[in-house]
Amino acid sequence: METFSEVLRANALIVAFTVVGLTVYLSYMISKRLTYGRIHGSAIAILLGLVAAYFAGLETEGQRGVADIGVLAGVGIMGGGMMRDFGIVATAFGVQFSELSKSGLAGIVSIFSGVLASFLVGAIVAVSFGYTDPESITTIGAGAVTYIVGPVTGTAIGASSDVIALSVAAGVVKSILVMIGTPMVASKIGLNNPHSAMVFGGLMGTTSGVAGGLAATDPRLVPYGALTATFYTGVGCLLGPSILYFSVRAFA
Amino acid sequence: MVIYGVALLAACLVVGLYVGELLGQLLGVQANVGGVGIAMLLLVLIAGSQRSRALVTGHSGEGIKFWSAMYIPIVVAMAASQNVVAAVDGGMLALIVGVLAVLVSFLLVPLISRIGGAGAPLPPLEDSLQPVKERGRNGNL
Repeated sequence: METFSEVLRANALIVAFTVVGLTVYLSYMISKRLTYGRIHGSAIAILLGLVAAYFAGLETEGQRGVADIGVLAGVGIMGGGMMRDFGIVATAFGVQFSELSKSGLAGIVSIFSGVLASFLVGAIVAVSFGYTDPESITTIGAGAVTYIVGPVTGTAIGASSDVIALSVAAGVVKSILVMIGTPMVASKIGLNNPHSAMVFGGLMGTTSGVAGGLAATDPRLVPYGALTATFYTGVGCLLGPSILYFSVRAFA
Repeated sequence: MVIYGVALLAACLVVGLYVGELLGQLLGVQANVGGVGIAMLLLVLIAGSQRSRALVTGHSGEGIKFWSAMYIPIVVAMAASQNVVAAVDGGMLALIVGVLAVLVSFLLVPLISRIGGAGAPLPPLEDSLQPVKERGRNGNL
């Protein structure tokens, strides 16, 4: 048994391929046999992943889900930023450039309105919870943008560490909700073509959320949503500690 | 050769991320500005040009298609390595902020999609040429 666990630890990424493969297989079986194909297999697989990450987090008290369990460390490599970005770029293969330029304007508008809308929501909720200092309000608003914009903004303007932690939590909630919620609302918000997928990516912005949500809805939409989403965090980090912070200070 | 496609893909990502970092520094932002998006644009442009046909067809193309098909398993692994406990433990404030931000953003999708005219829906999934197609063999997705 000890030897087996040693082999697993020494070949982390390979173990991850096996485990994720089994998870995907199981999910497609569940999709077919229990939901008769109504819930997409990849949506179930993503949900299983999140549930596993929750219990792993309770068990290990770590921050990286199942990747904190020694023998499953490879899942963290496979699902880390490097492989995620590599996979996302690969999905752009087969995309027509004309399709992208046609939606360019809507895409750009969506990025800025997405950052603004999420920030406003976060700032309003922060105020209604009794926060009055512009630093905390801005940081929580920035957390609603993404869990990267929150701490970047908070650190830049000198917010307290518990507010920064809150902003990260808000961003993670958003990201996970987008993963789970997108397939459920896709048909209601017209998310069935490259054009609306680009708008969707720009509005949501959380790369992980958009990546997971679109993959579970229709994998062909992934490249369009991911393209705009990858600009969102940068725009958020640009506006958060500057224009947005100054505007909050003018009001508070 | 399969590696040519993989190398092209990798080179696009490296160049994109580098440009994204530079953009971030230029704007004075502690983040990569659109690096992955720039990489995607590069790949789309290179794949569409006549001169680089050899890099994106045949076996070389298989190298890119493989990673495109690995995308969903990668996303599953990504989901499994999220800090879900922090999201659940963040308390009411974090939960309300997250839920409302997502709801408002969802509602804006149909509004902003009107800019530049609505797109035509994609054909049903079973007509797709994506390698993931064979997974959805139960048709009624």
